[in-house]
Amino acid sequence: MGIRFVVLVNKQGQTRLAQYFYEHLSLDQRRALEAEIVRKCLARTDLQCSFVEHRNYKIVYRRYASLFFLVGVDNDENELAILEFIHLLVETMDRHFGNVCELDIMFHLEKVHFMLEEMVMNGCIVETSKTNILSPIQLMDKAS
Amino acid sequence: MALSGMRGLSVFISDIRNCQNKEQERLRVDKELGNIRTRFKNEKGLSHYEKKKYVWKMLYIYMLGYDVDFGHSEAVSLISAPKYPEKQVGYIVTSCLLNENHDFLRMVINTVRNDIIGRNETFQCLALTMVGNIGGKEFSESLAPDVQRLLISSSCRPVVRKKAALCLLRLYRKNPDVVNVDGWADRMAQLLDERDLGVLTAVMSLFVSLVSNNAEVYWNCLPKCVRILERLARNQDVPPEYTYYGIPSPWLQVKTMRALQYFPTIEDPSARRALFEVLQRILMGTDVVKNVNKNNASHAVLFEALALVMHLDAEKEMMTQCVALLGKFIAVREPNIRYLGLENMTRMLLVTDVQDIIKRHQAQIITSLKDPDISIRRRALDLLYGMCDVTNAKDIVEELLQYLNTAEFAMREELSLKAAILAEKFAPDLSWYVDVILQLIDKAGDFVSDDIWYRVVQFVTNNDDLQPYAALKAREYLDKPAPHETMVKISAYLLGEYGHLLAQRPGCSPKELFLLLNEKIPTVATNTIAILLSSYAKILMHTQPPDPELQEQILIIFRKYESYIDVEIQQRAVEYFELSKKGPALADILAEMPKFPERQSALLRKAEDAEVDTAEQSAIKLRSQQQSSTALVVSSDPHPPNGAVPLTPQLSLVRVPSQTVEEVDHEIATENGLAVIPESKVEPEQVQPEPEPVAAPIQPEHVPVPVNTEPVPAKPPPSAGDLLVDLLGPLMIEGPPAPTGPEAPPSGPHVPPVQATPVAAVSERNLNQGLDLGQELAGALAITTLEDQANSIQPVVNLAEKFHLLCLKDSGVLYEDPYIQIGVKAEWRAHHGRLVLFLGNKNTAPLASVQALILPPAHLQIELSSVPDAIPPRAQVQCPLEVINLRASRDVAVLDFSYKFGTAVVNAKLRLPAVLNKFLQPIALTPEEFFPQWKALAGPPLKLQEVVRGVKPMPLHEMANLFMSLHLAVTPGLDANPNNLVACATFYSETTRAMLCLVRIETDPSDRTQLRMTLASGDPSLTFELKEFIKEHLISIPMAVPSSPVARPVGPAPVQPQSPQTPSRYNDPGAMLAGLL
Repeated sequence: MGIRFVVLVNKQGQTRLAQYFYEHLSLDQRRALEAEIVRKCLARTDLQCSFVEHRNYKIVYRRYASLFFLVGVDNDENELAILEFIHLLVETMDRHFGNVCELDIMFHLEKVHFMLEEMVMNGCIVETSKTNILSPIQLMDKAS
Repeated sequence: MALSGMRGLSVFISDIRNCQNKEQERLRVDKELGNIRTRFKNEKGLSHYEKKKYVWKMLYIYMLGYDVDFGHSEAVSLISAPKYPEKQVGYIVTSCLLNENHDFLRMVINTVRNDIIGRNETFQCLALTMVGNIGGKEFSESLAPDVQRLLISSSCRPVVRKKAALCLLRLYRKNPDVVNVDGWADRMAQLLDERDLGVLTAVMSLFVSLVSNNAEVYWNCLPKCVRILERLARNQDVPPEYTYYGIPSPWLQVKTMRALQYFPTIEDPSARRALFEVLQRILMGTDVVKNVNKNNASHAVLFEALALVMHLDAEKEMMTQCVALLGKFIAVREPNIRYLGLENMTRMLLVTDVQDIIKRHQAQIITSLKDPDISIRRRALDLLYGMCDVTNAKDIVEELLQYLNTAEFAMREELSLKAAILAEKFAPDLSWYVDVILQLIDKAGDFVSDDIWYRVVQFVTNNDDLQPYAALKAREYLDKPAPHETMVKISAYLLGEYGHLLAQRPGCSPKELFLLLNEKIPTVATNTIAILLSSYAKILMHTQPPDPELQEQILIIFRKYESYIDVEIQQRAVEYFELSKKGPALADILAEMPKFPERQSALLRKAEDAEVDTAEQSAIKLRSQQQSSTALVVSSDPHPPNGAVPLTPQLSLVRVPSQTVEEVDHEIATENGLAVIPESKVEPEQVQPEPEPVAAPIQPEHVPVPVNTEPVPAKPPPSAGDLLVDLLGPLMIEGPPAPTGPEAPPSGPHVPPVQATPVAAVSERNLNQGLDLGQELAGALAITTLEDQANSIQPVVNLAEKFHLLCLKDSGVLYEDPYIQIGVKAEWRAHHGRLVLFLGNKNTAPLASVQALILPPAHLQIELSSVPDAIPPRAQVQCPLEVINLRASRDVAVLDFSYKFGTAVVNAKLRLPAVLNKFLQPIALTPEEFFPQWKALAGPPLKLQEVVRGVKPMPLHEMANLFMSLHLAVTPGLDANPNNLVACATFYSETTRAMLCLVRIETDPSDRTQLRMTLASGDPSLTFELKEFIKEHLISIPMAVPSSPVARPVGPAPVQPQSPQTPSRYNDPGAMLAGLL
């Protein structure tokens, strides 16, 4: 039970964030994996469910405008909990950036990393309170 | 731009964003990497700020999928920076770029420890997070006590403690001893009293991992978990920050219920009562609401509660309630809930007494099998498979068969395998079983392994009542246009053995059966020819009183095959010919096959999880291993969960290697008369005087059955492990497979079907000779090729011939040289095609710089998925290719393939068998349908006629077979003249869609080298292209083409025509891989 990776891609399939947990994949493995899951998920319609089985992962994905959030989890993970975890991540970004968009994520990659790092550790959810997640970033913003 | 003032980084990101294509992006990235590299190299006194900037760029480039193989020490060194921003970057980038075994990590272990035990809270968090993400064994040894202290310390703030909890989880996974101290369970129980929900969330993850490994120790924690659930469910003391759309931390609720599923039962009555109260509340109180997020969150909790109820073996009432709920879910519109409903219902099957309630929803589940979403269809298939038992097997299997007609490629294999397993396990009667398997072969022959048809043969042999029925069915299927090769095999066997039982029926006289079978012989593989020859001998034997005309015809065939390229076939042909002359004695020798002994059921077990390496063995997963969830193979449990006793021993299932180009292996050395006459027998049991092959009654070390000269129809299954590897392993090649070719040594448990008893030893000997020859030739080739600078590595197969074979069938070897073998397997549906290239490295060293480029002709749209840069030793990679046919054309797509082995660069241009006829689908027309069409398409350019000369002379039925393999359905009876031949097919392309093509061939019996061909279709270019295409196939003799114009690199002239093939046996990767496995 756990999160294996979080990948953000846009409609064109360009990667905007890729964070892997728990095990280290080689560059080739990652490239192949990302290409395959992006191909699979982006081809799906809104009328299809948010879960795609791929190799020994289950991909739980959610689309926000032009951005797709793909989260790879173990097969026994609670799918809906992950689906809402994605939304929590998006809400957290939204609280920080205000109307978050793809550009925010592109140009503030480090912030997104900080947030994700506060939320997930080694594939486990650490924190779900937006205030707590954002407090280190706010501290830093104040300092600089 | 902001980005903490790192302007350079923003500029870089903008540049990347503005790149028009991947090439530009690559150039920009390369430039940046060069820049960073020089900076790191030249400027010793790089400030922390600059380092930070470059390290972020590195991370960005890495994220884009480029290799960043330098600068790691700079990233790691930032960890030691005194200021927070730099330190933070150091920690984060290090945990992204490096893996736990990286040497640089060891260098900072002290700094990390100092940060952890230091006073600065933010530094503590950073260090704990990195260790929690990538800490290895060494970290575990040196840091575990410190991390534990932080976790249980009362003076530490929650923000540190939650990270310490997950950090400890990582260290525990690296070294379980770190928490195996006395009193740890008590500490854990204290930790679960935590009020802060952030800390509790992290602690719960740690706890799940601990109990999943050893629940016994943590009994004392069980009531605490129940209390946490109560607290959340009643929404007591939950800060607003931790409620999500009004639901108290759904993630913590889910985690806590998951933890409880690791305890075998809950004995404490008060805890049990309290828990059921909570669960009941969740089951009853979860309503569908309008807000999507709230709905998802509450259902996340609900599904976890369902799982927990199932685990706890609740009272039947509550279980019924759960099934009812799931039954409601699988019928809702919301696809996520439908998916989860099906998934959880499959899990529910494990609870014994609800299966009957689940069966009530069968109709709805079958509807889900037709859902537009493949994820949902997969779940439905799994569920149907799991819920199948004797009472509903008929319905379910028939649904699966029906679905097979429309199922996409991705599911066909799994589907056919599951249908075959269910048919065998739960067949209400055997004739139904035979029906199902024959249908399966008909619809998805490529996925029906030999073991499955062997099984049918066993049943039929053992049940006299079944014999006429099976023979009749076999005859019916053989009548269909272009039957699958497996169908030819099983039909030939059944008709040979039991065809005489049908003699009274119309169209089933021995002669008619023989003619029907003999139609297929020109297009089938060697091992099928062997079966056909045996069938002829049997037919001959059963024809009483003898029919001299039939005997004459059969003897001609035997004579013809006495000089066949394969020694096994020669042997059979010679022996059958001699036997046939013995008159009544034939009947004694070729007596009917005796009954098979009852066979041990093969271990069919779940395969899928073999590769999964989750740290926790989840309870659900453990249980579902007995159940089949997505597995292709059923459980090893002799009594399936459905409670039905298998009707017969079970099948062992191997993925079908389908009919491949096994001829390669057969075509050894015999052509030149090297090994026609067997000299001595190798196996002592079989020493018998030539040429009187009296049947050895039983061969104990092989399969106990084979008597007489029949193929051995069944074999003890190879070990289940091998099967699973074959089934799912990435190494499975579709090329010449080790397990079926006759090269498998007869000493193994496996007897290939072609090896009739007296022949086996001989052919092995011959093969050995071939092998020696192969080695010599390989040596010879090596010497000659040294001089050839252009391309020093030569293919060991005749590429033109392989290509031609692949034009006529859908799987086989495309290319092979001493280092690599490329196999192809193709599936075609209308104007779409899917080819899978199997690149198999035959060596113990990797192949590097692998590149594959498709040069598609204008009429094909081809998409090749990414090809890995290197192929590891002895590994095989699969590269799928999607093909779309835009219009009719004879142009051929070329695969430009190259790789490096050592210093040698090998480049081959290979024609891909995505040719015109692959987009044809045979269609049988009645005269009422045919003639109006034929008349409507009058004159050029829609109807073209041409007199073709220089045709390869062949009898009409052989030509008919050629047409069949080109996917043109020859329809007898449309043309009154017996020398003519009419064939129809539907051609598919994107521009024409489905278009009917009609072909008429008028032959001249006095001169077989010429004929008149008339072709008609609704599209002028299709008419022309197809005409030319057929012409090519009529004129050229595919097997005799000396070399391919495109694919053969300038190679040394082969020593003899057959020589390039010989080493292929010697190098057969299938055999080598089998050895490795």
